[in-house]
Amino acid sequence: MTSAPAQGSKRGSHRLRRALTATEVDLRLFGMLVALAGILIGFHIMSDGKLIQPANMVTLAVQASGVAIMATGMVLIIVSRNIDLSVGSIVGVVAMSYALLMTDWLPALGIGLDAPFQWLIALAIGLGIGAFIGGFQGFLIAYVGIPAFIVTLGGLLSLRGSVWLLSSGAAVSGLHGEFRKIGGGVLGSIGEVATWVVAGAACLAIIGLIVYNRRQRQRFGFPVRPMWAEVLLGAIGCAAVLGLSAFANSNYLPPGLATQYAAEHGITEPAGGLKVPLGFPWPILLVMGATLAITFLATRRRFGRYVYAYGGNPDAAELAGINTRWTIMKTFILMGVLCAIAAAIGSARLNGATLDVGQSDELYVIAAAVVGGTSFAGGIGTIPGAVLGAFVMQSLAYGLSFNGVNSPTQNVVAGLVLIVAVGLDTYSRRRGSTR
Amino acid sequence: MTDVVRTTPERVPLVEMRNIRVAFGGVHAVDNVSISLHPGEVVGLVGGNGAGKSTLIRTLSGAHRADSGEILIDGKPQVIGNPRDAKAFNIECIYQTLALADNISAPGNVFLGREVATPWGTIDDGAMEDATRKVMGRLNPNFKRFATPVMSLSGGQRQAVAIARAVYFNARILIMDEPTAALGPAETTQVHYLIRQLKNEGIGIFLISHDIHDVFDLSDRIAVMYHGRLVGTVRKDDVTTDEVLAMIILGKRPGEATREELQGLQIGEVTSS
Repeated sequence: MTSAPAQGSKRGSHRLRRALTATEVDLRLFGMLVALAGILIGFHIMSDGKLIQPANMVTLAVQASGVAIMATGMVLIIVSRNIDLSVGSIVGVVAMSYALLMTDWLPALGIGLDAPFQWLIALAIGLGIGAFIGGFQGFLIAYVGIPAFIVTLGGLLSLRGSVWLLSSGAAVSGLHGEFRKIGGGVLGSIGEVATWVVAGAACLAIIGLIVYNRRQRQRFGFPVRPMWAEVLLGAIGCAAVLGLSAFANSNYLPPGLATQYAAEHGITEPAGGLKVPLGFPWPILLVMGATLAITFLATRRRFGRYVYAYGGNPDAAELAGINTRWTIMKTFILMGVLCAIAAAIGSARLNGATLDVGQSDELYVIAAAVVGGTSFAGGIGTIPGAVLGAFVMQSLAYGLSFNGVNSPTQNVVAGLVLIVAVGLDTYSRRRGSTR
Repeated sequence: MTDVVRTTPERVPLVEMRNIRVAFGGVHAVDNVSISLHPGEVVGLVGGNGAGKSTLIRTLSGAHRADSGEILIDGKPQVIGNPRDAKAFNIECIYQTLALADNISAPGNVFLGREVATPWGTIDDGAMEDATRKVMGRLNPNFKRFATPVMSLSGGQRQAVAIARAVYFNARILIMDEPTAALGPAETTQVHYLIRQLKNEGIGIFLISHDIHDVFDLSDRIAVMYHGRLVGTVRKDDVTTDEVLAMIILGKRPGEATREELQGLQIGEVTSS
């Protein structure tokens, strides 16, 4: 049946709603963006206008990056009616492996920290370890049939124990210089020019995607979005990308380091100090990359379609001839790889690994996915939503601590926000379904 | 008096299921059942609740494995281990539950497990929507909601999606488990029309239904099951609805039931209710 359009209403909210419908923008995602902006602006005002600065925002984003990357994989796991409680412990094991590989195991094989590609070997092995752990748990869940909650609870405990066993209880430090760039910071940012190149490529991709989708729909004579909506979407997308890039480029090298930089490059420092734009740090690029890659997998590949179909109706997926076990196992392999990427960021930032790297990350990752609109009933959830969820949760924590709120209170707020966010979501979904 | 029909030897059946047995923990859900289906034939499969109709048919669609017995397709013994095998033999099934992924659109469901891919290996949603529009145009011309998840569709629309999925892929053997149970009168008529059309195209159809009148309307032969056994397969033109009802309720062929048993049924009232 056709739904009756809002008729005769001249109120602005209706007009906005209709405009949003025409652009086919995901309203939930739009709402989360508004909420994120609201949180940041609120704390900005609370802190007498000190919070929203490039350096703070970059720090906030880098802090959220590991959880955001893992949340993209957690969406697929929760969508297919499973759960992964072991992600924090996988991060711990892989981070410790990176540290030991670079400082101990690879040097024992004659590949020392001074070897230029040592860090790449360590990274590749770490990613392999993540994939193997995820794959093993996925096998137990999909093929042996042990509930995911139990398998990954076991993983949470035994993998955390393994971290201790790996390093005999010691923290390890002193990683490869190139590897440390993965963690961002002053050294791990790509600089002004590369940032603009990334921004330009992203703008071209946005426009290309809009044109491609429109052509696809026209190819079959399907209704297309009105032209103004296409142009508006493209313009907003590009403006957002360029704005973020300009913002990242207004984050400068700290004055002391800038002086050193000027001396090294034979530049005479100007009176107001040399301004060296840092641009995007690597963790943020990795978040963008993971978001795009997993969104692509989820929406444009058979694998993603099967994950969502299984979540919507496991029997239907099975009867449609889908290899559901392999599909489920793949979600866990992917989760393991994403944990290994998060572990690289975490250990690179620490320049080493401690026994508690990644501790409680599983809770923040699950919270990010759920705040981002992923439903435990299965079949529903978006990757960009989960990434935004991670940024919402981190903004709360960062904003509170920026304003001097202690960390127990931060946890109380984070927990309440989680419940309220899911409550609101459930309420709006229920209203939406009865319409 | 009627005779039990034997499959005519000169024609090779599309499907022949021989001595199929399925047991669930000691209970024989299907006990030594043999049944066949010819091109362009509709075989009605009837029986009370728990008679084993759905289980029997699920061994053919690959949803279940038989414990013993064999399945011949075009006269050759074949193994159907999972739904993919069945689809490879052009066996399509419309399940009673419809087996739709509620969170996915109509085209996504029609092509579930058999997505059209672009040369880059991505899902070609445009091509799938186009094909779905065409097949739905035949089944339910009023259907317009190709982008929304099927959970927001009406019962009849969902049924149309499930039927579209079965017909689109050139089924040779079609299994319909209660295809009209959720439908209103107009939609039921449409499904009846479709069944006749598919039959004329030479497709063999197994039709499971609780509605004895539907079965009489559409079937060439009627197979009756009772507590996992096959009571018998009769030619529609050789029997009355009362005789088939007696087979369903008593589990005995016409002629085997005693006069007292038949009187005890008060079938006249059963059929009119």
